[in-house]
Amino acid sequence: MSDHVMNETPKTRRDFLFAAATAVGAVGAAVAVWPFVDSLNPAADTRALSTVEVDLAPIAAGQAITVKWRGKPVFIRHRTPQEIESARAVNAADLRDPQADDARVQKAEWLVMVGVCTHLGCVPLGQKAGDPVGDFGGWFCPCHGSHYDTSGRIRKGPAPANLAVPDYAFLSDTQIRIG
Amino acid sequence: MTAPGRLNKALDWVDRRLPLISLMKHSAIDYPTPKNLNYWWNFGSLAGFMLVVMIVTGLFLAMQYTPHVDMAFDSVERIMRDVNYGWLIRYLHMNGASMFFVVTYIHIFRGLYYGSYKPPRELLWWIGLVILLLMMATAFMGYVLPWGQMSLWGATVITNLFSAVPVVGDAIVTLLWGGFSVDNPTLNRFFVLHFLLPFVILGVVVLHVWALHTVKSNNPLGIDVKGPQDVIPFHPYYTVKDLFGIGVFLIVYCLFTFWYPNYLGHPDNYIPANPMVTPPHIVPEWYFLPFYAILRAVPDKLMGVIAMFAAILVLFALPWLDSSKVRSGTFRPWFKVAFWLFVVDCFVLGYVGAMPAEGVWIVLGRIASVYYFVHLLLILPLLSRYEKTRPLPESIGLPVLSREGAAKGAQALAVLFAVVLFAAPAVAAEGAPLRKQSWSWQGIFGTYDEAQLRRGYQVYREVCSACHAMKRVHFRNTEALGFTEEAVKELAASYTVTDGPDDNGDMFERPALPSDRFPSPFPNDQAAMAANGGALPPDLSLIVKARMGGPDYVFSLLTGYAPQPADVELPPGKFYNTVFPGHAISMPPQLTDGAIEFPDGAPANVEAVARDVTAFLQWAAEPELEERHAMGVKTVLFLFAATALMYALKRRVWAAVH
Repeated sequence: MSDHVMNETPKTRRDFLFAAATAVGAVGAAVAVWPFVDSLNPAADTRALSTVEVDLAPIAAGQAITVKWRGKPVFIRHRTPQEIESARAVNAADLRDPQADDARVQKAEWLVMVGVCTHLGCVPLGQKAGDPVGDFGGWFCPCHGSHYDTSGRIRKGPAPANLAVPDYAFLSDTQIRIG
Repeated sequence: MTAPGRLNKALDWVDRRLPLISLMKHSAIDYPTPKNLNYWWNFGSLAGFMLVVMIVTGLFLAMQYTPHVDMAFDSVERIMRDVNYGWLIRYLHMNGASMFFVVTYIHIFRGLYYGSYKPPRELLWWIGLVILLLMMATAFMGYVLPWGQMSLWGATVITNLFSAVPVVGDAIVTLLWGGFSVDNPTLNRFFVLHFLLPFVILGVVVLHVWALHTVKSNNPLGIDVKGPQDVIPFHPYYTVKDLFGIGVFLIVYCLFTFWYPNYLGHPDNYIPANPMVTPPHIVPEWYFLPFYAILRAVPDKLMGVIAMFAAILVLFALPWLDSSKVRSGTFRPWFKVAFWLFVVDCFVLGYVGAMPAEGVWIVLGRIASVYYFVHLLLILPLLSRYEKTRPLPESIGLPVLSREGAAKGAQALAVLFAVVLFAAPAVAAEGAPLRKQSWSWQGIFGTYDEAQLRRGYQVYREVCSACHAMKRVHFRNTEALGFTEEAVKELAASYTVTDGPDDNGDMFERPALPSDRFPSPFPNDQAAMAANGGALPPDLSLIVKARMGGPDYVFSLLTGYAPQPADVELPPGKFYNTVFPGHAISMPPQLTDGAIEFPDGAPANVEAVARDVTAFLQWAAEPELEERHAMGVKTVLFLFAATALMYALKRRVWAAVH
């Protein structure tokens, strides 16, 4: 019975209504998803905690310290003249991630970078005396064997890029603010 | 057309190995449904919809929540203030619980009226009651999680119900708590169970639907389906009708979520849990009130608990208590009257449950409790034996009954709801009358007045902050007062905060950063009490939400100081205040005419200053308000359009049946 009646009703209006209702419903559902997805992004308190100040005075040449910034280790190394020399001696164009040493530092003796291997996120060794430093005198990632030089550039192993340099500024000769 | 052909082939391949698609088609598309279901039949699918909403919002809340007594309250406030759209997700969840119960209760009363518990649907009915019990347990444990005053004391009172069990009662309660009071172990296990039970409910809902599809839906006439002329396929007829119902329902849900998110809650739950102080007026959430009234109606502890549980358990016996062969109340003139009296009785119980247990409310509570059981245990059995029912129609297909009955029912229910909803504030507003003000943030489009917020902040900084902390507000938040990023940095830097330990293990002082909280005037509560004659100046971050009457209360309190009446005796160190509960307040009057000078030249008499600081405190408690109102307007406009469209489509689809 119902089939019979339905065949008599003009199909077009129902088709249009059906398409419109489906479209509106789909748009509504899609928009409603966004707040839930965005709730997983960093919250306002996380975003606000983005700077850390570091006193460099106690770090002697050849020493390094690790500070925590945005939940990650930041390597700060007081480089010796030899380390600077060896970093500068490399022809940047030959590197996997070409970058000259002076593009990675603000003051040659201070190397500041995020201590997270660009391969899969492990923390490379080389901060402490006695750590393996890899074939290029910088850092060595024990997880999958990436070697970084004294400028923190990738020289050997699976990592695709140099250790990242965060935004930082010298507040005085012996103090920096990261972030 | 090869693509759909291939797709069909692939689906077919899957279906022959696991008949998922056949199952869907069988139970959600072809399912033969009586053609005469009225709108009361929408509430089952609405309840299912709410279960999904609660699980989804709950999952995202759980990703941000910390189930520890020291951090739970703060983590909820972080969700409200810092997590992107956290306020939306939490308010959807919080009000969603109420909405879930509204639709479920209506669904149950529909079953009661149309006799949906009678053969062959007994098992379907019992499974539904199991869902109700699981929902109650889940809702109760969820209310504990924010770890406010009502959370703690609600948990204490409800778990203590089990201490009424003879001999082993105390042992059971200790087991439930995992300690000697409601404490961290309790919160932890409640969180785990609150997470688990919704999925158990989901499983039982599958059984509920399975049982339904086995015995098929009841209908307003309560007569059996006689043949194919009585039924229509579930899709598109009832899918489109259910979607239209969801649209209407969402509008109501959104009104609460976006404009009255705390209307159904208790202000006390915005006070962090304190095991040393019980709030003066403990009331469960509204959906437990009728049962709470039955509990309190019995003057004996054990019997009260038994009566309360019996109120639900007795519903399991309904298929035998009401043995009338006629299912639908439509054809039972006396049952109909009894049914509506029972509905009224449940509302009376709910109202009594919200009132203090004294005077007339005790008597009324007892009468209503007795009537609850009299209806189920006496009136229903007698009616089913002696009532002369009206003749039943031949079939569903033949006489389409006038829809008047259902319409009348809907009207009656709407009136009852309205009465209860508007009576609730009357319950709330006991105590001294507040001086109601007109505030800029009220109304659908209400927003804050930035200049007023800045003035209010100045009052807080110059006056209130000497004693009151506001530790949930950060300097970075003051950008909402119209300060530039630079101004916020300068403002923060004008304060000194303690940080550390440094590399030597020492704490050190540094200028505050925008990411820091407003510094507290005292290092801890004990120091604050010692400096204030033993009274703790409350943290003001949430004070507006934590007090009945909200901004009107705060304003009335600040302007409510009066000379001590001759017949009132005040303890030493207390001041007379007309709106403070008990009238003896420890805070001396702080605002005086002209003590503050506003840079914008605004008046600085006591009234004006009190109004400005109240506005600032309102903002501190609900910093999301402007975003909430703006999103609410857009959402509701969209829902109106979508629902209208759904209604048009529904009429079109149903044109063939009507």
